[in-house]
Amino acid sequence: MNCIIIDDEATARAIIAQLCTNIPELNVLEEFPNAIQAIKYLNQNEVDLIFLDIHMPDFTGFDFIETLKNPPKIVLTTSDPNFAIQAFEYDCIVDYLVKPIGLERFSKAIDKAKAVKSPTKTKAASDKVETSSGNDLYVNIDRRLIKIDIPSIYLVEAKGDYIHVKTEDKNYTVHSTLKKIEEKLPDSLFLKVHRSYIINVDKIIDIEDNSVLIKKDVIPVSRSNRPELMKRLNLL
Amino acid sequence: MEQPNLSYIQSMSGGNEEFEQKLIGIIKKEFPLEKQEYRGNISAGNYKLAASNVHKLKHKISILGLERSYEVAVNYEDSLIEHKTDGQEDFEAILQIMTDFLKTL
Repeated sequence: MNCIIIDDEATARAIIAQLCTNIPELNVLEEFPNAIQAIKYLNQNEVDLIFLDIHMPDFTGFDFIETLKNPPKIVLTTSDPNFAIQAFEYDCIVDYLVKPIGLERFSKAIDKAKAVKSPTKTKAASDKVETSSGNDLYVNIDRRLIKIDIPSIYLVEAKGDYIHVKTEDKNYTVHSTLKKIEEKLPDSLFLKVHRSYIINVDKIIDIEDNSVLIKKDVIPVSRSNRPELMKRLNLL
Repeated sequence: MEQPNLSYIQSMSGGNEEFEQKLIGIIKKEFPLEKQEYRGNISAGNYKLAASNVHKLKHKISILGLERSYEVAVNYEDSLIEHKTDGQEDFEAILQIMTDFLKTL
């Protein structure tokens, strides 16, 4: 089982990693001091099992689980036994270990994890850009995952290592790429019209020559993208 | 007052002395930082943050085999969550014992 360890305490991560060395089936891929870094990793990698601390600053273990679309098996590790009841509300949680964790109890948790049928493997957590439901997109800004209503987005603009996401109410600057967000936005609504711009086709006000007007923004349309844009329009 | 020990570390290391030293090294590095952060939050009256610090320090208290001290820390954490400092002196004494013990390793 490929696993990762998420705990803000280096001592705890070292202990869990050491306990894992006693179980030949376990392969520790990575260790993370916070949930945000783990979410980024999970957006690119699949794991079978997560050892997850609950009590972490800014983003708790339960917050982390809520961001996962298809969570893998999770073993909670905590110094606080009071969260056990809440833990059982999540199908993905296979066991709950109270620190300090002994080898015998740890082995039992792994036996439980092996016995539980694996949920659909998750590749994606909510990274900088990830949908948690059909209409939501979570973006990572200042270590907070902020929910954006997808249909409210009218423009995404690439600027160096960042993208500007413009919505009806607010604009967001996110450290990500146009390619990444393009994968998360529904094709039915959004179209890349230029190497630096994705637009919400429903929000177009007018089109003139090689540009479109969206809200107050005039966006260039590249020659290669223009045919696709024209196809999407309900022309009279 | 009870004294720290390495029973837990030795029990879970499986006799791997290299790991034991590595873990002790991590604790020696991490503990002073956590202690400092805790004291800073106490001085500033940030009791909720101090409670989080105590929560994290509890793990090290248990790793060093301080079972009764662990209970003291649990109660102190609860006090801090309620914006009280009941048990602060006892907790400070625990931190001192741990500090002294780690110096011997």
